[in-house]
Amino acid sequence: MVGIVIVSHSEKLAQGVAELAGMMASEAPVVAAGGLDDGTLGTSFEKIVKAVDSVYSDDGVIILMDMGSAVMTAEMVIESMPDRKIKMVDCPLVEGAVVAAIASSSNESMEDIIQAAQESASEKKL
Amino acid sequence: MTDSKKLIDIIQKISTQIQMDKDFLTELDNVIGDGDHGINMARGFKEVEKKLSDFSNKDIGSILKAVGMALVSPVGGASGPLYGTAFMRAGAAIGAKNEMDGNDFLKAMDAAIEGIKMRGKSHEGEKTMLDALIPAYNAMKKSYEENNDFKAAISKGVEAAEKGVEYTKTIIATKGRASYLGERSIGHQDPGATSSCLMLKVIQSSL
Ligand SMILES: Nc1ncnc2c1ncn2[C@@H]1O[C@H](COP(=O)(O)OP(=O)(O)OP(=O)(O)O)[C@@H](O)[C@H]1O
Ligand SMILES: [Mg+2]
Repeated sequence: MVGIVIVSHSEKLAQGVAELAGMMASEAPVVAAGGLDDGTLGTSFEKIVKAVDSVYSDDGVIILMDMGSAVMTAEMVIESMPDRKIKMVDCPLVEGAVVAAIASSSNESMEDIIQAAQESASEKKL
Repeated sequence: MTDSKKLIDIIQKISTQIQMDKDFLTELDNVIGDGDHGINMARGFKEVEKKLSDFSNKDIGSILKAVGMALVSPVGGASGPLYGTAFMRAGAAIGAKNEMDGNDFLKAMDAAIEGIKMRGKSHEGEKTMLDALIPAYNAMKKSYEENNDFKAAISKGVEAAEKGVEYTKTIIATKGRASYLGERSIGHQDPGATSSCLMLKVIQSSL
């Protein structure tokens, strides 16, 4: 199964999104990397590295993130692991995580999961 | 212009300056951001300071790369990956040299700016650190080509960076947190442009 890492400035938000994503796909390897070590707001290179390590397999890992430094730091983590199959996904954090977790628990490929998560961006709510 | 020992001294002075201006930078970021730029930068350079004693036998490229790597992790905000990438790229551009001249400095600064643009997907005119760094680089390059005098060039660079910081007051932020404010970001100077300008000033006064 493809691992899913949720990166947010907020520890609580990342945990909440991971929790929500697990609701319909409890087997999916979803893990949160939110906030700084002391619990304050920000993005932590080390936390993201640890999160990726904890769900990594040959199936790959996708990273879903909020804005600004979350994107830049995730990018640097990926650059620091050139031999691994890891991609960031440009999608709404909550919807994308839910879709990706379901797809991952159904053993879909990393490419298909990324596509499904990206498509969640165009789902209209109203 | 400088050798490894002098470079370490400059980095120490930059850190001291950043710690001194921590509240000022945070205050600027309070107005158009999330009020952490000074805190982020101070935390980053504290980490750099811890590494300084390991740097004494290293070449200039390795020192700059190590500074960049030390900045990425602890900062926590956009300035971490941005300045981190900048210093790493600068180090890669200089390579294993123990002395750096004006041309080396300009080459490193150019690589640093390109690194920031790549990491931030940004360019000049978006109310970021690039609005201090790019005009500073252009002014320094012109001056150094004309006079071959690094001290004169860095003075021109600082002048241009200060103008660049002033210019950030007049424009709308389209990158970074301040971009969420849209027009409300006008009238306020960019914290990252300010910290970039501070670093150039320290280099100027250290030579
Ligand atoms: N995409 C970008 N390109 C260039 N510079 C940027 C970019 N985004 C932010 N900056 C610079 O970073 C400065 C803010 O740094 P700071 O340490 O406060 O990070 P932050 O914006 O709080 O990070 P975060 O993305 O985590 O919210 C801005 O003033 C600006 O100069
Ligand atoms: Mg900030």
